[in-house]
Amino acid sequence: MPSEFRLILKNADQPGYTSDIECYLRHGGYEQLKKALGTAGRDLADGKKQSPQEVVRKEVLDSGLRGRGGAGFSAGLKWSFVDRKSGKPIYLICNADESEPGTFKDRQIIHKDPHQLIEGMIISCWANDVKLAYIYIRGEMPQGAKLLNKALAEARAKNFLGKNILGTGYDLEIYVHRGAGAYICGEETGLIESLEGKRAYPRIKPPYFPAVLGLYMCPTIVNNVETLCHVKHIVAMGASEYAKLGTPNNTGTRIVSLSGDVKRPGYYEIEVGKATLGELINDPAFGGGLRDGRKLKAIIPGGSSSKVLKAGEVFKLKRKGTDGQMTPVDVPLLDLPYDFDSLQQAGTMSGSSAIIVMDDSRDIVDCLANVSEFYAHESCGQCTPCREGALWMSKALHRMTHGEGRKADADYLLHIAQNIQGRTICAFGEAAAWPVLSFVKKFREDFEARGATDEAKHDASVPQKISASSNH
Amino acid sequence: MSFTVPTNIEVEIDELITHYPVKRSASLMLLHAIQEHFGHVSREAIEWVALKLGLQPINIYELVTFYPMFRQEPLGKTHVKVCRTLSCSLAGSGELRDHFCRKLGLDSHKHGPQTTPDGKFTVEFVECLADCGNAPVVLVNDELQARVTTVQADEIIEKMPIK
Repeated sequence: MPSEFRLILKNADQPGYTSDIECYLRHGGYEQLKKALGTAGRDLADGKKQSPQEVVRKEVLDSGLRGRGGAGFSAGLKWSFVDRKSGKPIYLICNADESEPGTFKDRQIIHKDPHQLIEGMIISCWANDVKLAYIYIRGEMPQGAKLLNKALAEARAKNFLGKNILGTGYDLEIYVHRGAGAYICGEETGLIESLEGKRAYPRIKPPYFPAVLGLYMCPTIVNNVETLCHVKHIVAMGASEYAKLGTPNNTGTRIVSLSGDVKRPGYYEIEVGKATLGELINDPAFGGGLRDGRKLKAIIPGGSSSKVLKAGEVFKLKRKGTDGQMTPVDVPLLDLPYDFDSLQQAGTMSGSSAIIVMDDSRDIVDCLANVSEFYAHESCGQCTPCREGALWMSKALHRMTHGEGRKADADYLLHIAQNIQGRTICAFGEAAAWPVLSFVKKFREDFEARGATDEAKHDASVPQKISASSNH
Repeated sequence: MSFTVPTNIEVEIDELITHYPVKRSASLMLLHAIQEHFGHVSREAIEWVALKLGLQPINIYELVTFYPMFRQEPLGKTHVKVCRTLSCSLAGSGELRDHFCRKLGLDSHKHGPQTTPDGKFTVEFVECLADCGNAPVVLVNDELQARVTTVQADEIIEKMPIK
């Protein structure tokens, strides 16, 4: 039977657990920081020496930890790209701009266990020789920002932050920086621009890889809230033990945000890949199934920018057979393991691990219209294909949902979407195009039926006399 | 210039500026501080923030027009932000916003924030508030309200203290 596995949220929902430092300390808080700071250097086989910081960085790499924000990139590799020879300061930014529709996991950590994030951050900063770090929290979380400020003050008072931390000679300051309602600030280079006090226009890569040319053109690490929390647990367990959680190449745990048409929407922490999409939606331990009498229609598996999955779809996934060869196996939608690689092989992504379920009472055109309006509103406006295209698609869908659909709209939408993806500075172009491409391709009949109905209604309402006179 | 910032707010602002190696970075935090105190960011406030950070007013103005949370006009004392995005929409946030509008005599067909003539309430549709498991959610000033029904909406309207 699948069940939750709580590592990050182990304490968060326990009765009596509070967000203050005393409670955190009673639950073993900041012990991993002490352990990390006391890490010994290592002599390598080739005669080279590894500094204590390098040892911790190597642990994070070996743990297989992948970013929990959306891209699922190896956290250890991301750290390894940091330019450590430039002589410039290295910055770390915690991306707490949780705004991908469907996602509400970082909110749980920030509100219920802020010190876990701060401990993970201090360890990560120390391991990367960072002296100044920021938590970029979205503007719509004012309570979260207050809680973090309070937690940082408590950590400062106990000398876990500030000058000469715990007598080690290491100095670090962390400040909270509030966004102001722009989704694009979740994109790491947009976030950096925003933190520099500018409009959040993403930077083009190359050359502006944050690891080399980030905040103030200095090497910068941007990690998600949940990712930074995992660093604490990697230090606690050691890389090899941590890597036993989850599945190969998809290690550790993940907090899944489940919303939409299920009986028990909410957040569920699982070992990555140890529960299937079907279990997350239907099992009593998770979503508890759809509402009575309803059938599944569609699933958005990783935040609203991930490609939609249609009920009844079957995917070809590569699996290791008994002979050790990778062979394609048919896997039905609900049997897809919820991890990074399986969803990618199914043509979509686990993204920010936010599942939105739609049942058969839902009009798929309405759903896409809602999603597209979001992207039209949130495009930063820097690149023409995205600025114009996202709005154009949203307008076409608005027309379709207001009785003015056309049979040709399905192709029209695909045409616009195809001209956005791959033609923008950042991945927002894809985020806007993918829902449209996948919804229209997989539910083409719904879009065409809507267009046909509207056209028929429109034709019937045109008075014959006017049609006749128009021949003159 | 008639625009003055109270000393305690200016002290807070000066402290915020120390958080950054480059003053300009403090722009958003200063605008938040100004908006929290004055209720909106006026032209004079934009010029004041620019001067404070050694920037041109356009550097601040372009932020106020880019970031949706900043507003140049005063809004109602109680600001009701109803989440519009998919999970909340599936849970009936469209009807919920209509309900707020109807109760307060506002036009639900209009876009953008709308304020009652007495200046007590502003109702606005906003994008995802990141609490989709509790849909539909509503942010009332700084406080997030979960699984809001029309009954709760009425309570929000009736009980909200006027600051």
